[in-house]
Amino acid sequence: MTTALRVLIVDDEAPARMRLRNLLDDIADSMPTVVVAEAGDGVEALEAINGMEVDVALVDIRMPRMDGIELARHLAGLAKPPAVIFATAYDQYAVKAFELSAVDYLLKPVKAARLAEALSKAVRSPAAVAAVAKAAEAIEPGGRRQLRCMERGKVLLVAVADVLYFKAELKYVTARTREREFLLEESLAQMESEFGSRFMRIHRNCLVARAAISGYEREHEAAGEAEPRWALILKGVAERLPVSRRLWPQVKAALSQ
Amino acid sequence: MASIRENFRALRLPDFCNLGTWLRVLLAVNGMALLAALFASRHLAALPGAFAEMAPHVELVALGSLVVLCAGRRWLQRLSPLAQAVVAMLVALALATFFSALVAPLESESPSYAWIWFWTALVVVVLLVWFDLAARAHAPAVAEARLMALTARIRPHFLFNSLNAVLGVIRADPRRAETALEELAALFRTLMQENRELVPLSAEIALSRQYLDLERLRLGERLQVRWDVESCPPDALVPPLMLQPLLENAVYHGIEPLGEPGEIGILLSRRQDQIVIEVANPCNAAGTGSHHAGNHMALANIRERLTLFFDLEATLATETAAGRYRVRINLPYRRGEPA
Repeated sequence: MTTALRVLIVDDEAPARMRLRNLLDDIADSMPTVVVAEAGDGVEALEAINGMEVDVALVDIRMPRMDGIELARHLAGLAKPPAVIFATAYDQYAVKAFELSAVDYLLKPVKAARLAEALSKAVRSPAAVAAVAKAAEAIEPGGRRQLRCMERGKVLLVAVADVLYFKAELKYVTARTREREFLLEESLAQMESEFGSRFMRIHRNCLVARAAISGYEREHEAAGEAEPRWALILKGVAERLPVSRRLWPQVKAALSQ
Repeated sequence: MASIRENFRALRLPDFCNLGTWLRVLLAVNGMALLAALFASRHLAALPGAFAEMAPHVELVALGSLVVLCAGRRWLQRLSPLAQAVVAMLVALALATFFSALVAPLESESPSYAWIWFWTALVVVVLLVWFDLAARAHAPAVAEARLMALTARIRPHFLFNSLNAVLGVIRADPRRAETALEELAALFRTLMQENRELVPLSAEIALSRQYLDLERLRLGERLQVRWDVESCPPDALVPPLMLQPLLENAVYHGIEPLGEPGEIGILLSRRQDQIVIEVANPCNAAGTGSHHAGNHMALANIRERLTLFFDLEATLATETAAGRYRVRINLPYRRGEPA
């Protein structure tokens, strides 16, 4: 290693962050690192590394607002995802999941030698995103709880449970909640694979929350069209969502269940 | 002979002021009255009448004896167990005679005192033997083992996080690290003691303050604590390690998942003969389900220990209102010896 590893430290307890900094200093000769950001929870972490590249994230599991598992899922979605090393004082359930999916973790109190080992492992075989996703799914099933969107440098979180539908428009995907729309930096296909159990594809550019659908109605027919077009009625918002002709049989079957 | 004498000397008498004792005595005498009525009445149809005639008598005798024995408890406790049993017997016999004589003018036939004395003595002996056996089943070995198993629990989460926090501050603030280790040692000394005796509330408060100080090292400003102990006598006796686990719960479920500072409220007060202990913490509605299991275990543990120490006289209740989770314990006010 010639260049120093860029490290992100995320822990809600200040002394725990201090401890990791001390240890990183101690092993600096064999494993040069630079702490590019420190954060007290997942949301702060996402704000802190906005647009910045990070090689390794040291992530505590139990944190307020956004815990370590959820943060790892968000980090995995970045353009250049950092290697995630989890740290926990005592969480047998999570530890078991990490071992089953071969995800590296540290037990607090962390020892310097163990930290060096974990970092060098992370450098040699960078970010096994699939393994982290598997462990995360085992610990907190059902994908992410929150989606993030950046607005003026601030991270806004949108609870997946509040989203009525996702719509792809040009380069972006928007998430519509009862109150407003949010711009996301992810693809609709990504959303469909992660939240496929809760959202249904009704159009090439639209995924709807199954729980948000209250009914359907016939759309105004354009002149000369032989078949009718259908649109979904949603709970809480007035607008109608057109269903594509190709997907209508599937959507109708799902609605009549 | 020696062993029998030993047995008498070690005779375990119930606490005559305990509600649980009263409940059991009343149940037992009514049960026995029912049994006697069953023998006395030739037809099943006559049973309710016979029982209704007998029940008020035996209840009066039982309640009267308990009142006398409870009132004379301090004096009674100076006697040997055997002497106490004899006193209990004499009180019951005297009251049985007194009540029978009282109602004699109203009855058609004069009461047979030999018969009354025989039944009363039999009931008293049966009850005393039963209480002795029940006490033996609970104590010492069984109850002690249960108490030990129940108290020696602390969340590993807390231990490892605290050690990690001490390691975190040890270079920047060695004195703070020293204090923290001292507090940790004091806490674990209490945890590892044989906690089978009631302790003064002041000791529990001191321990809890040390515990909260340790947690403040980790959580900093996120942990706010409000104590309200002015109206509570510090000499009240409580089960050891009752307050601290409640606070540990409050920190784990109420403060740690909170994104902003949160307050734990501790209210200790005395209401007549009751000590009320209340711990409140913020609760987030979107709390993750997996952590509730631990909370229930801690509360079940405290509840079981309250039963071992106070029988039916202590209660533990929880409620969630206005975004706060509250645990309230009521227990009888027992005064400890001034230290």
